[in-house]
Formats: sequence, C-alpha cells, structure tokens
Amino acid sequence: MPLVFAGACSHAPGITGRAHLADPAIRDEFYSHYHRLRGALEAAKPDALVVVGAEHFANFFFDNMPAYCVGMADFYEGPIEDEEWLGIERQRIPGAPDLSKRLITRVMDDCDVAYAQEWKFDHGISVPLHFLTPRYDLPVVPVNINCQEPPLTPLHRTWAFGRALRKACDAMPERIALVGTGGISHWPCTPDSGTVNEAWDRDFLDKFVNNRKDDLLAYTDEQVYREAGHGGFEIRTFIAIAAATEGATGDLWFYAPIPIFAVGCTVATMAVR
Amino acid sequence: MSLYYVQKLLYQLNRDPQVRARFEADPETVLADYELTDEELEAIRKPDIGLLFVLGVNGQLLMHYAAMHRYPWADYIQAMRDGVSEYGKVREGLYAMLEE
Repeated sequence: MPLVFAGACSHAPGITGRAHLADPAIRDEFYSHYHRLRGALEAAKPDALVVVGAEHFANFFFDNMPAYCVGMADFYEGPIEDEEWLGIERQRIPGAPDLSKRLITRVMDDCDVAYAQEWKFDHGISVPLHFLTPRYDLPVVPVNINCQEPPLTPLHRTWAFGRALRKACDAMPERIALVGTGGISHWPCTPDSGTVNEAWDRDFLDKFVNNRKDDLLAYTDEQVYREAGHGGFEIRTFIAIAAATEGATGDLWFYAPIPIFAVGCTVATMAVR
Repeated sequence: MSLYYVQKLLYQLNRDPQVRARFEADPETVLADYELTDEELEAIRKPDIGLLFVLGVNGQLLMHYAAMHRYPWADYIQAMRDGVSEYGKVREGLYAMLEE
C-alpha cells in the first residue's frame, strides 16, 4: 500500500511545558495547525504512524550512538522527562513490532540502520504525539536520526535513508503515515535559547516544501552551526521526509518564531503520490 | 577533563529512576562510579550549572539536571550566562565545535 500521509512539525519541549508563558494568540494559532495536521492524519486512515525524530539522549548516548535507529518494540513509554516540566502525562504508546521488523528488513536492503526493542520517548516524539494521536491509539514506529552531536550522518545519506524508508513503506500491506519532527534554526538549552533565524528558516522551508533536493543537500554542518545553531542539525528529519516524498511538493501551514518555545514553530504537509 | 563521564552521569540520572533515587539519597555513592575530576565533582555537587556548561555538557542533558534541582527555566538560562562570565567560553564538546 503506498504511503498514505506525510507531514512535518516541531517538537520543542516548551511547546507544551512552557505553554503558559507564550502569547496566547500565537500559541493557539500554532496549536490549531497541529489539530489540523491531526485531522489530515486521521482522514488518511493510517494503520500505523512512522515518526522520524531526533531524540536528545533519552535512549542513545555517546557510548553507542547510532546514526539511524528504528524502533521494533511492542510498546514505548514516554515522555521520559518530568511530566510537570513537559506538561504531558507519561503514557504507554502501542508499537507495531511485526511491521517494524518488516520495515527494517526492507530498509536494510538500501541503508544500514540500528534497531531497538526498548525505547523511551522524550519530548522529540512525545510532543508531536500529544497533538497528533492524543488518545495514543495509533501504533507507532519511531525512527531516530542522530542530530545531537557530530559526527552526524551526511545529508546525502539522510536522503538515501528517506528514500529507503519510503520504498519500505510502499511495500507493506498496511496504510502507513509518516511524520518528521525537528527544529529548524534554534539554539536549544543554551544561553542563546529563544534565538531564531527567521530568514534562514523561511529559506529552508521554501526548499523543503518545493522539495529542491540539490538545495537541501547543499548545507554543511559548519554552515548550519554558524547560521542556524546546533539545533539546526535537526533539518535531517525534514530532509528524510523530503526524500520520502521525492518529486512531490508540500504546503507550509504554519511558521512563526515563538521565542519562549525556543524554535520557529512549524507545521507542514507533503504530498504523497 | 572527563566530559564523557559527566554527561554519562547526567544521562543516567535522567533515564534511570533507580540511579536518581540513589543519587538523591546519597550522591557520593553514585559519584564514586564515575571517573571525574575534582572540578567536575565540585560542579556536580554544588550544583554549578554555569561551570557544567563551560565544561562542555550538552544542554539537552544539563537542562534536566537543572530541572532536577528545581531551577525555573529563566534561572537555568541565566546560570549558563553567569558561567560563561565567570569561567570563560565553553572548553570542549558541541559548543566548542568550531574551535576544535
């Protein structure tokens, strides 16, 4: 069954954890686009949701850091963070271990990935799920791309991974939805937290929704670090979605820097064909 | 410098409720398991969030250690700024990436 849905959204912990500190008008407009994304996701009637995220040392650490990892667990738990701090109650989220195994096997035809039968979600996946599957009734297959500390997977490898993931999804009998979740320019958890390079973000998002592969793959980590901060390494999650929808374009539903959320808040969809 | 072990401790405190419970009951029994310098031990015990930042701890780990010590968000950000004022720029790790 060809992929039934593709989208992208932000996941910063402030989006839920510091909601009370944000301007209610812009916050609620942003939230309304998450709700719209949930509506579109549900309308696609998926059997499972593949979430391509960039976790932040909840599971993967410097002792054994995979460039790519795909979940293969019966269930996941999250958020790992303090529930009050994140503003999300800890949940058990259903997995799809059989589907995971088949997807991983297929992806490995083209791309080496690690797999994990135990995985605790941090805000990187828990925030999107809080909005997109608030009843936690849709089985999830988490995918992680190391976007935290170099050495990082090169962008052309992220493209190859995104293509491999799409090929695998299309080969499954299930109806699969795909959501990428990352930040664009941001400097999370540092003295520069709250800074957003809006012009850089808008330029990146233009390349993303128009799926301009060559432009998306032209960034270097040093350039991203200088102009978009260490948080900008998470563009890999968007690039994986662009690769998975290669040849199609998308729609940017919402973009606005919300400094207390420490990121340019984004909701977008990509066409699947 | 043993940034790896400082970060490993913070990673395990965040991830493993048993390590955290042991640390909250008696930090020294947990600290003994890690290869840490005196400066690092002092920064962890105090805690000196600003010094931990300057030592190179990734903020995605450090913010949870600050939250564990009940730092409101604004105080956490300020502590890092104060650390840079007092101890100078970040010495290694991600935020010294272009210096290395």
